[in-house]
Amino acid sequence: MTFTPLTRNLLRVAVAITLAFIYIPLLIILLYSMNPEQTLSWPPESLTLEWFPKAIQDQAARDALWNSVKVGAAATSIALVLGTLASLAVARHKFFGRESITFLVLIPIALPGIVTGIALNATFTQVFDMKLTLFTVIVAHATFCIVIVFNNAAARLRRMSTTLEDASADLGATPWTTFRRVTLPNMRSALVAGGLLAFALSFDEIVVTNFTIGAGDQTLPIYIFNTLFRPNQPGKVYAVAVIAILLSMIPVYIANRLTKEESVTASGAGAGTPIPEP
Amino acid sequence: MGRRLADLFQGHPRLTVAALLAAPIGWLVIGYLGSLAVMLAASFWHLNELSGEVTQGFSLDNFDTIFSDEVYRTITFRTIGVAAAVTVTDAILAFPIAFYMAKLAKPRMQSVLVVAVLLPLWSSYLVKVGAWRLMLSEDGAINWALSPFGLHGPGYGTVAVWLVMSYIWLPYMIIPIYAGLQRIPDSLLSASEDLGAKPAKTFRKVIMPLTFPAIVAGSIFTFSLTLGDYITPANVGNKQFIGNVVYSNFVANLPLAAAITVIPIVVMVIYLLIARRFGAFEHV
Amino acid sequence: MSYANRHPARFAWLLVLAMVGVLAVAGCGGSSDSNSDEVTSIGQTEGALNLIAWAGYAEDGSTDKTVDWVTPFEKQTQCKVNTKTASTSDEMVKLMRTGQYDGVSASGDASVRLIEGGDVSPIDMSILSNYADINPSLKDQDYNSKDGQNYGMPHGWGANVLLYNKDAVQPAPDSWGSVFDPAMASKYSGKITAPDNPIYIADAAVYLEATQPDLGITDPYELDEDQFNAAVDLLKQQNKFIGEYWPDATKNISSYTNGDSVIGSSWQYQTSALQAAGENVDADLPKEGSTGWSDTWMLSSQAEHPNCMLEWMNWMGSPKVQAQVAEWFGEAPANLGACDLTSDPNHCDTYHAKDEKYYDQIAFWKTPISDCGDDRGSVCMTYDQWVQAWTEIKG
Repeated sequence: MTFTPLTRNLLRVAVAITLAFIYIPLLIILLYSMNPEQTLSWPPESLTLEWFPKAIQDQAARDALWNSVKVGAAATSIALVLGTLASLAVARHKFFGRESITFLVLIPIALPGIVTGIALNATFTQVFDMKLTLFTVIVAHATFCIVIVFNNAAARLRRMSTTLEDASADLGATPWTTFRRVTLPNMRSALVAGGLLAFALSFDEIVVTNFTIGAGDQTLPIYIFNTLFRPNQPGKVYAVAVIAILLSMIPVYIANRLTKEESVTASGAGAGTPIPEP
Repeated sequence: MGRRLADLFQGHPRLTVAALLAAPIGWLVIGYLGSLAVMLAASFWHLNELSGEVTQGFSLDNFDTIFSDEVYRTITFRTIGVAAAVTVTDAILAFPIAFYMAKLAKPRMQSVLVVAVLLPLWSSYLVKVGAWRLMLSEDGAINWALSPFGLHGPGYGTVAVWLVMSYIWLPYMIIPIYAGLQRIPDSLLSASEDLGAKPAKTFRKVIMPLTFPAIVAGSIFTFSLTLGDYITPANVGNKQFIGNVVYSNFVANLPLAAAITVIPIVVMVIYLLIARRFGAFEHV
Repeated sequence: MSYANRHPARFAWLLVLAMVGVLAVAGCGGSSDSNSDEVTSIGQTEGALNLIAWAGYAEDGSTDKTVDWVTPFEKQTQCKVNTKTASTSDEMVKLMRTGQYDGVSASGDASVRLIEGGDVSPIDMSILSNYADINPSLKDQDYNSKDGQNYGMPHGWGANVLLYNKDAVQPAPDSWGSVFDPAMASKYSGKITAPDNPIYIADAAVYLEATQPDLGITDPYELDEDQFNAAVDLLKQQNKFIGEYWPDATKNISSYTNGDSVIGSSWQYQTSALQAAGENVDADLPKEGSTGWSDTWMLSSQAEHPNCMLEWMNWMGSPKVQAQVAEWFGEAPANLGACDLTSDPNHCDTYHAKDEKYYDQIAFWKTPISDCGDDRGSVCMTYDQWVQAWTEIKG
């Protein structure tokens, strides 16, 4: 399709506006993280970097970050297993009620977090009489992360020809061997991309977490929630957030590399889509 | 042993499907739908008047309150209205950049933009809300930037809630539209052009119908996330949203909170059924 | 097309089946009420303490290095303190009922519910050595005792005051009318603030008690339907002038520093914090009197670390800590021995700690129940009706 220079320029202007809308508030967050005052007034009268070492040394923030990494990793692992299993069933087999699986997987993320949070909280505390801990947070996060892995994996499986799998079976490989040697290697990048996105979702989740976390535990969002509106050292919590963004560059970069790799090998986009593929 | 087990599965595809689905379906049906059922059961309970403790026993009082009290209708319509406005705003903001990324940008630029759009997903939601609260305040950055033009920002209120939610959920709209546009082969657009269609017509007759399901897919997220949010309205709004009344009653009156959650559940189920009509998850 | 779409009836039945199964499980797992007996001794401490507290009640030096009464307590008792700051009484009740906390600094609107619900344990107060020195007017009150049993250590008290920005509000207001009377409130439209708390309905009742005597309000927490509706109508009218209902003290502070609020009901804590930050604000107790809080440290009946909590209660009742917390939070100490130890020798005078007349002007928070406490009988509005009305007021 050819575009007139006018169309191109109009699109560029629109892109610039959207990027400005996304990034100006992030720049302001950066400025708040360098604001030395007790109250974050605008415009800042001076700038400082003192919050960054303080944020790095803050034991509560470090513990919270580590908890978030643990929860994210565990929830993502569960989601990877359950999401892959469901995607194999849906994409490789015909069975009664197949389409309702998609619906079922989608529900935990399509219903608002407050609904999921209260429902799980009621079940954990009233039915099972469980103490809320990081474990309950992991269970909750895994529930809404399944859909992301499922979508990425199912999309890949649908695009992948079954010829190789059939050949493997014809040569006498067991289904498990075929899965391990043929199907899984071809799904790997889709699974990593889906897993990273699931991790990102878990990493920043606050609503469901708030209802499922125990008294003494903090994930990074809970730490931020507890400190963001406290009057002391307001710049520090913004510095924590900036550091978290910087650290996240690494997985975002990997995700992007994998998405690109996939579009070469499987001629499709969509890895990294948190959404049911249209 | 392993081989015999494998043979067993090979001859019985149903067994394979059952084995594959047992864990995920068990998790979601027992763990998730079961939890929703527990919550719905709680919506029929009520509070002990003196201790404020939850008392089990069947009563429709909570639903009677929700239906007869006008405030819940107002709050429901306000929330749905803002969720719809956020969804439309995000679709309008997302489409041009997604189109540019998918169809105009060179590969290098494309990957830079993908990272640029994904990055905000990693920056704390709460810090973004907190920063917007400061920006929207009377002495904040927005009024500071507007005052030279004699203008004044929206301040805290429903307009601010719409603005901040549109900001926060925007990436959830850009990504699926981008993926949807990428899946339209360039040759299809060229064919439309070769057959004499003007760009506007190609857009209307080819691009829009093919990307609309992607927009609807993205809208599931912008709509649902807005519908349940209570933190943004509490920080930059001055009126209640569904999430706020659920949250405040979760603390004060759990059975009523459980009953109120029926509103977003019904709204989302209807929304999903409509989304399905538009083919938002036809291929899933 | 999905299964759910093609076979809605069958899908619905599947859902119902799943739910019935879980309901059966839910029915079996009922909650168990524990009615624990009075605590009569302090044993070996357990090494940890999980507290629910108002902001500023358990300072460990992280807000201000010089303000720290948690660290010395930890050193003395070996109880590692973990504080969950709650912003509303409802939240405190909810958190206490998780059974994961050892104790709470409960205000009267929470404590009655906790006592009735069996969530807190009665204590033989003679085992806490500092209890003897507590201001007698705070002992054996409706909000911290029942049937002759005591439920904890009084912490301190204060009034809900009218906080205003001196630049924006002139002359200095002396009446709640400046936030309730439309003629006066409209001057500050959009910049009036009020606590986001159903108990605030009592503040409207205090104003009506003074301005509309024919309503016959005698206790702002014991409102029959007519009195209640009058208070609710007043608050609905006020709603259009409200810029923000403040959910917690720190947001209330920031809304004054950022110019979003200029007048409203607040605590002395915010006033002191704002003045310390150089803001030109002041606070008064209006002529109509006011509502107020009187807080009590209570022991959870499910406490994992009860001995640490008992030690904490005694610690919080000691004159030295009372002086520290009273000055930091801006309240009247419960232990009048603190008055000699405050760094500002006039602290107790400023907060009217010994002023019986001032104390009598304040209607202290308590949970509204149907029993009006007088010859009207059980026709008063209950707390869940207050919560309901509060949702309607905010709109």
